[in-house]
Amino acid sequence: MLLVVALLAGAGVAVAMTMIPDPPPVTAENVTIDVPEGPGSTSQVRLDATVYRPAATPAPAVLVAHGFGGSKDSVSAEATALARRGFVVLAWTARGFGASGGQIGLNSPDYEVADARALVDWLATRPDVVRDAPGDPRVGVTGGSYGGALALLLAGTDRRVDALAPQITWNDLAQALFPNAASRQPIPATTPAAGAFAPDGVFKRDWAGFFFGGGPAGSGPCGRFRPEVCAAYNQAATTGGPTPEIVALLRRSSPATVAGNITAPTLLIQGEQDTLFGLDQADATARQLASAGAPLKVVWYAGGHDGGTPGTALREQIGAWFDYHLRRIGADPGTGFDYQLRGLFGTRRGFAQRTVIAPAYPGLDGVPAQHQFPVQRRELALHGEPQQVVRPPGGSPAALSSLPGLTSAFAESARALDEVTMDPPGQAATFITDPLAYPLEIVGAPRVHLRVAAAPVGTNTPPSEAVLFVKLYNLGPDQRRTLLGGAVAPVRVGPLPTDGTPVEVTVTLAGVVRPVQAGHQLEVAVATTDRGYALPQQAAAYMVSLAGDPRLAVPVVPGEQAPVPLPVAQLVGLGGLAALVVAVGVFAALRRRHADNADPGLAEVPLVVSGLAKRYPGDITAVDDLSFRVEHGQVLGLLGPNGAGKTTVLRMLMGLIQPTAGELRAFGHRVTAGSPVLSRIGAFVEGPGFLPHLSGATNLRLYWAATGRPAEDAGIEEALEIAGLGHAVRRRVATYSQGMRQRLAIAQAMLGKPDLLVLDEPTNGLDPPQIHAMREVLRDYAAGGRTVLVSSHLLAEVEQTCSHVVVMHRGRLVAAGTVAEIVAGTGTVSFTVDDPAQAAAVLRDLSGVDVMGVERDIVHAQLDGTPRAAAVSALVGAGIGVEGVAARHQLEEAFLQLVGEEDVE
Amino acid sequence: MTPDVHTAQGSVPGYRAGATLPLRVELVRQLRRRRTVLTLGFLVLLPFLLWLAFEIGRDDRNRGSATLVDLATASGANFVVFTMFSAVSFLLVVVVALFFGDTVASEASWSSLRYLLAAPVPRGRLLRQKAVVAAVLSVIALVLLPAVAMAVGVVAYGADALISPTGQSLDFLPAASRLALAPAYLVLHLAWVAGLALLLSVSTDAPLGAVGGAVMVSILSQILETIDALGSLRNYLPTRFSSAWADLLASPIDWSHLASGAFSGLAYATVFGLAAWWRFATKDITS
Repeated sequence: MLLVVALLAGAGVAVAMTMIPDPPPVTAENVTIDVPEGPGSTSQVRLDATVYRPAATPAPAVLVAHGFGGSKDSVSAEATALARRGFVVLAWTARGFGASGGQIGLNSPDYEVADARALVDWLATRPDVVRDAPGDPRVGVTGGSYGGALALLLAGTDRRVDALAPQITWNDLAQALFPNAASRQPIPATTPAAGAFAPDGVFKRDWAGFFFGGGPAGSGPCGRFRPEVCAAYNQAATTGGPTPEIVALLRRSSPATVAGNITAPTLLIQGEQDTLFGLDQADATARQLASAGAPLKVVWYAGGHDGGTPGTALREQIGAWFDYHLRRIGADPGTGFDYQLRGLFGTRRGFAQRTVIAPAYPGLDGVPAQHQFPVQRRELALHGEPQQVVRPPGGSPAALSSLPGLTSAFAESARALDEVTMDPPGQAATFITDPLAYPLEIVGAPRVHLRVAAAPVGTNTPPSEAVLFVKLYNLGPDQRRTLLGGAVAPVRVGPLPTDGTPVEVTVTLAGVVRPVQAGHQLEVAVATTDRGYALPQQAAAYMVSLAGDPRLAVPVVPGEQAPVPLPVAQLVGLGGLAALVVAVGVFAALRRRHADNADPGLAEVPLVVSGLAKRYPGDITAVDDLSFRVEHGQVLGLLGPNGAGKTTVLRMLMGLIQPTAGELRAFGHRVTAGSPVLSRIGAFVEGPGFLPHLSGATNLRLYWAATGRPAEDAGIEEALEIAGLGHAVRRRVATYSQGMRQRLAIAQAMLGKPDLLVLDEPTNGLDPPQIHAMREVLRDYAAGGRTVLVSSHLLAEVEQTCSHVVVMHRGRLVAAGTVAEIVAGTGTVSFTVDDPAQAAAVLRDLSGVDVMGVERDIVHAQLDGTPRAAAVSALVGAGIGVEGVAARHQLEEAFLQLVGEEDVE
Repeated sequence: MTPDVHTAQGSVPGYRAGATLPLRVELVRQLRRRRTVLTLGFLVLLPFLLWLAFEIGRDDRNRGSATLVDLATASGANFVVFTMFSAVSFLLVVVVALFFGDTVASEASWSSLRYLLAAPVPRGRLLRQKAVVAAVLSVIALVLLPAVAMAVGVVAYGADALISPTGQSLDFLPAASRLALAPAYLVLHLAWVAGLALLLSVSTDAPLGAVGGAVMVSILSQILETIDALGSLRNYLPTRFSSAWADLLASPIDWSHLASGAFSGLAYATVFGLAAWWRFATKDITS
């Protein structure tokens, strides 16, 4: 019964902890879809796709596009989750990847974007997809990175798209791969992360290599890239500069060209930990979308290409976005701006995070007036003298700021890429703010005005342009520097006047979301090298200084902490647990109440054992069908060889082990675990048990206190006297000898003068005088009107101490009665005589006497009822000198006969 | 001499099952053990050791991201946070496992258990009283550590505002009151260790086995937690929410992990505790 309760409890806990209903079934079907190879081409490219169908159709559709290097399988989790929500989901492998045909055109409007439009056409033909008009399915599109750009490009070129959720993607691929964060013109300053997007940027070599070099394998040096893409990359990788051709090619693949057409509701998600597609890219997209009038919600999350893909919470947000905008289900997700503040340090579960909610992305045109508010900028004064920085020849050693494609692996563990940053000496000019008087949360791209001038290096001509990397450190009071976001803002400033006249530029630093503690300083570092970028090979030196009124403008976006819902499920679970515990408690109390079982007729009988048995698994029988009684005032010996089951009986008597069958009754009450009647029994079973670190006296006192009985009932002094430990009672029990512990344990058993005293092998380990004293104690105890039960395997012991005896063998009762009765039935007498042969003859003649044998001058005879006196007088009458008459080992004899000699050692 | 008048249950006058093994007596039995005193003493000592370590290691200025250690000396309250972070995943688990795992198993190993049960202390009551005393000692330990850390921290680093792990700043008094809630959370969360240790304690005669077993399970759970492939299954690991107390430092407090941790701790504790009770109530005491 209790086991059932425990199992139910376990099941209840499991249920309460999951509280997840069975997900509705989703069927996935592999399909191939043929699309035109290119504009005006008659040949086809076969796309490998999977359709995920929800339980109920027709339903709106969602296209899920994968990231660069992935396939339809890399988005199967997202696709399945969306299908579970009730959408028909189409995931496909983009051309040039996986099992799809064709070549990679890098989201070219002629190829990949045209493919996506063809997929929308295909969806429009399906009966399980809801249609807004003939040929116009109700469709949303989502994807990350490469897939995110495709989502924007499709929505910008196909008005049938009804909602989209692009993630961690680019606005202008040319700017993403050739960024230039310095501008001589003013940069629009209304939004938090607007980048300079200046032309002629610095090649983001490592990321580009990761992108192109890590692309899918194929035959030839170009792999599966289209020839023009391959050629453009080869040129950029070789020269390190953006050629007009590659800029034109990358621009065609950029949502910047079409985002101004998008009016569908857009959930724009960008990562705060992203050195590939930074916050400036999403900022540019947001401005375009807002101008076009698309309902826009912006989410910046603590992840990105350097920090992990969107987690379950964000995917849930995407699902809710499509729910509302494609199906009108659920609450309106609104048009706000959420950003996540990553904590200052991490734990095993990653960095602590909190989400801040602002009413709208600041500084956007085209949004309702009540949602318009400009970004706030904290202007922090910067200090620093003009400094000369040097670029070594070949650009080596170079500063390290991030590890493209690798840092996301670190970001999952607590330490992010902040840890790996370093600047070689002499390469960076630093400008520093005062220690912050208040904590600051940077949300967006800070700005700084710099002056850069060419400086002569030896006899070389001064450089005509400057390539520099501007970054922002958090400088703690202990001088520990942390690169915020791991990001750098590369700038190319040129042409530089050769006479050393400085050029003034505005630099937008990389967009970050980071808290800075009060007392910390922000440090702007302007470095000449960075390992992630293509560097000019020739050595150069520059003078870098602060321009005009030197200030660092730090964007902040006030908002509210995301509301935290009350954890209802857990609280319900806690209530359920409490109810369960109460129920079990009540059940246990009821069970206790009905536990007592008394037989008033036996109230005066200290112990009645009836039909007692104890069997252990494996068919081992320790006690079998044992019955005997112990009457008031007896000293009863429980006799048996080792292993006879004596101790098992005594353990059952103490309620320590449960009988398999039968019962024990003490004073009429059935003995079970913890029966109150046990308070009338004092026991010493199988050795002493004391707290070794306490003294003997303390042990007895604490033991008595544990019984809860009045201290005056204990008779501790008396008991200690019996133990006879003298001054040793004040010593720790750990220092006692075996005999001392034994005596102390017997004294403990006698505390409170129990009506039945049970002693298991009490004389083990005692020396003869102590054994003698112990016998006296037991006799006195019984004489005082109490009852004693002694177990022993020593015959002499029982014979000398006990009035009654119960003989056990192999768990069974062999004999029971007074010692005299047991002995009388089987008595053998030894006569020591001067003529043994004659004596044996005389004894043989007596009726009923059986001569057992002759040993030197001793004759052993079984008298069998013949009085000894009669035998002696017969011997004396025959003229035999009788020197001694002794019962031969008395009880031992009986014992051996009863149990069989071979069993006794 | 005839026996005295006896009660209906057959006990001697003066015996009441509900009066056996009073908490005071069990507390004395435990407090007089050296391991109890040493454990509590070490928890008092730990904040001083940490303070000393910071004093000695002050010149070490490694580059890199801010860490717990950097914040530890920002204020007395941050020192408490650091002390708790360093103790929660192992030390406090060991302490709770020690108090609960040792309590019955050590009596069994000394053979004193059978004399208590034959006194008789009813088994359910013995387990309850021992669990209550172990809980009292655990609560003392869980409160003692942050309290001493707070005292050391305020003296060494002042009563300035707390910098929370998410970078928020919290004035000293609100921070102190939230830190006072952390032991309360840990009491609920670490209940699973208590329940498991108690279950092991009634199942073995070796105290080391019971304590070590509970600690091993905790370590195993923490190892499994690092396996990302397990995904959301990890939420069922008992140690999953062991650092949720740090959520108390954020504004507003996100109670979801705290509630999950409390529920998970108490749910495991209930299952283990009922199993311990069932096992102890029905087992044959052979020690």
